[in-house]
Amino acid sequence: MGRTLFEKIWADHVVSETDGATLLYIDRHLVHEVTSPQAFEGLKLAGRPVRRPGATLAVPDHNVPTTDRSRGIEDPVSALQVATLEENAREFSVPYFSMNDIRQGIVHVIAPEQGFTLPGTTIVCGDSHTSTHGAFGALAFGIGTSEVEHVLATQTLLQRKPKTFLIRIDGALPDKTTSKDLILALIGIIGTAGGTGYVLEFAGSTVESLSMESRMTLCNMAIEAGARAGMIAPDEMTFAYIKGRPMAPKGADWEKAVLYWKSLRSDRDAKYDRILDFRAETLLPQITWGTNPGMVLDVTGRVPDPESTPDPIARDNIKNALAYMGLEPGTPITSIPVDRIFIGSCTNGRIEDLRLAASVVRGKKVAPGVKAMVVPGSGLVRMKAEEEGLDDIFRDAGFEWREPGCSMCLGMNPDQLAPGERCASTSNRNFEGRQGKNGRTHLVSPSMAAAAAIAGRFVDIRTWS
Amino acid sequence: MEPFVTLEALAVSLDRANVDTDAIIPKQFLKTIKRTGLGVSLFYDWRYASDGKTPNPEFILNQDRYKGARILVARQNFGSGSSREHAPWALLDYGFRAILAPSFADIFYNNCFKNGILPVVLGDAQIDRLFTEIPKTPGYRLNIDLPEQSIRLPDNTRWSFDIDPFRKKCLVEGLDDIGLTLAYSSDIASYENRLRREAPWLFSTNA
Ligand code: SF4
Repeated sequence: MGRTLFEKIWADHVVSETDGATLLYIDRHLVHEVTSPQAFEGLKLAGRPVRRPGATLAVPDHNVPTTDRSRGIEDPVSALQVATLEENAREFSVPYFSMNDIRQGIVHVIAPEQGFTLPGTTIVCGDSHTSTHGAFGALAFGIGTSEVEHVLATQTLLQRKPKTFLIRIDGALPDKTTSKDLILALIGIIGTAGGTGYVLEFAGSTVESLSMESRMTLCNMAIEAGARAGMIAPDEMTFAYIKGRPMAPKGADWEKAVLYWKSLRSDRDAKYDRILDFRAETLLPQITWGTNPGMVLDVTGRVPDPESTPDPIARDNIKNALAYMGLEPGTPITSIPVDRIFIGSCTNGRIEDLRLAASVVRGKKVAPGVKAMVVPGSGLVRMKAEEEGLDDIFRDAGFEWREPGCSMCLGMNPDQLAPGERCASTSNRNFEGRQGKNGRTHLVSPSMAAAAAIAGRFVDIRTWS
Repeated sequence: MEPFVTLEALAVSLDRANVDTDAIIPKQFLKTIKRTGLGVSLFYDWRYASDGKTPNPEFILNQDRYKGARILVARQNFGSGSSREHAPWALLDYGFRAILAPSFADIFYNNCFKNGILPVVLGDAQIDRLFTEIPKTPGYRLNIDLPEQSIRLPDNTRWSFDIDPFRKKCLVEGLDDIGLTLAYSSDIASYENRLRREAPWLFSTNA
């Protein structure tokens, strides 16, 4: 019987079946400062080494300042966490990009950029958005700190096989819509728990036509549908993206790898546990109105009315979200004014995203009273953008141009919303307090965020000139 | 890890769906390099007034009658969001050893087992019953027996629940996963040897 992409990768990584769980080999392990200190501490206490330091890559991203770094990190607690990562990397010989290395950036941006992320691999990280790497045809998922320690010590994980969920997307994406709109719309349909227990495979003509960066945006947010991972079969576009990157295979290894990677597609007669078909032509730009990514609207929509929902739990959810977001039922989403703009994160902090946002703001000015910032996903993205003059476009328009990191995606560094501030954000989570206590987050695409900065409120990017 | 065998304890019900890990433990507390001490910050934004110190009397955990609760009853998709193990660490440090909900987010569910917390999936009707009875009944205690896979209510109603046998075993015996896996060291070594031959590109990161 035919097998899915996921099943092929899974089967190739089974080390052994223990009583009740599969021991799965892990090819690539990404490590950042927030979820690793307790794992390294555990290794030290047990006197265990890191089994394959060369299959591991460490970088600080969550706590780093996005302003001038020459004075280091001001907050002593953040500074200690970053210093701890650096010490652990040294002690266990794990490759490490320091805060001042040009290659530093958000872990999910730098791994593909370096060619560390490869098709057919298993990739883990103590971070739920590890699903991003599935865009390369890898099985990539987030793990907790105990599992981080487990992978460091054994290069394996004990896993139960998830179910498979095919999301088939066909048709051309309408003008001005992006893969961010696509994934938000899909989460709106599936729900934030609809993918729980599944690995999603995105396929179809729309997905095949997406750039690698757009594919990463799609897989990045698979976790917001509750799924462990999202994946896309690798193709010529994938190989072209990887070729020549610093950590990518070279010479004979490259030829051999590509040969194997070409076998990584779901067979025609493969069976899935669940299938959803989506037509891309009908997609409109998306904006979240509430406090989870499933609370999303078409740009033409209005904020929902809790009284129109019969289910009491859903009604309470809507009421709580409206109260937190400071919104009235029935408000057209485009009439909502914004205070802050955040362009960045592992969802939309890549060069393509910055180009798109820059094309919207070129020659225009940020609305009075609005504070807008661009935080590139990595030092290399920042450098590339500066080569292309995007930094000047943003600065001239009144945006702040920052150093790379997670920044206001979760505000572990000083980049936070003040209570009550409303933000158009290209990140992936609009949970209560995510960007700062009592901050209000609306998730959008980079072009929608850029247009909101100029207009001072949400606008329908399709009518933007 | 502390084994989980039986638990007889006070239950508290948190009536919100999709409680996410940012709500369980906000980001400012993720800067720690320790596993302990997170209990005071559990549900921080809901639990305290804006000064971050004064308990918010509206929040359920701040009500005297729920002091000492060790069983948390929750709504669907509890623990959604991030992979931060700080969420189960905070729950454990506060005193919770079991969470009952109609469904859990995947990574959170997994993380519970690594920390000696038992997450139990119950049916909607069962959860609804708990949400009705707990607020009405001061001192509402449940008795959870993991080897038996059962929960006993105050009126002696018994419910059985499902749990993966391997996870159950690890929890009951307090087993350390890494120790278990290291017993398969030779399997891992032979897998790696084969990988080096068949997929040499995986060993040349030049890192
Ligand atoms: S950018 Fe945001 S979502 Fe991505 S890794 Fe950083 S904090 Fe997590």
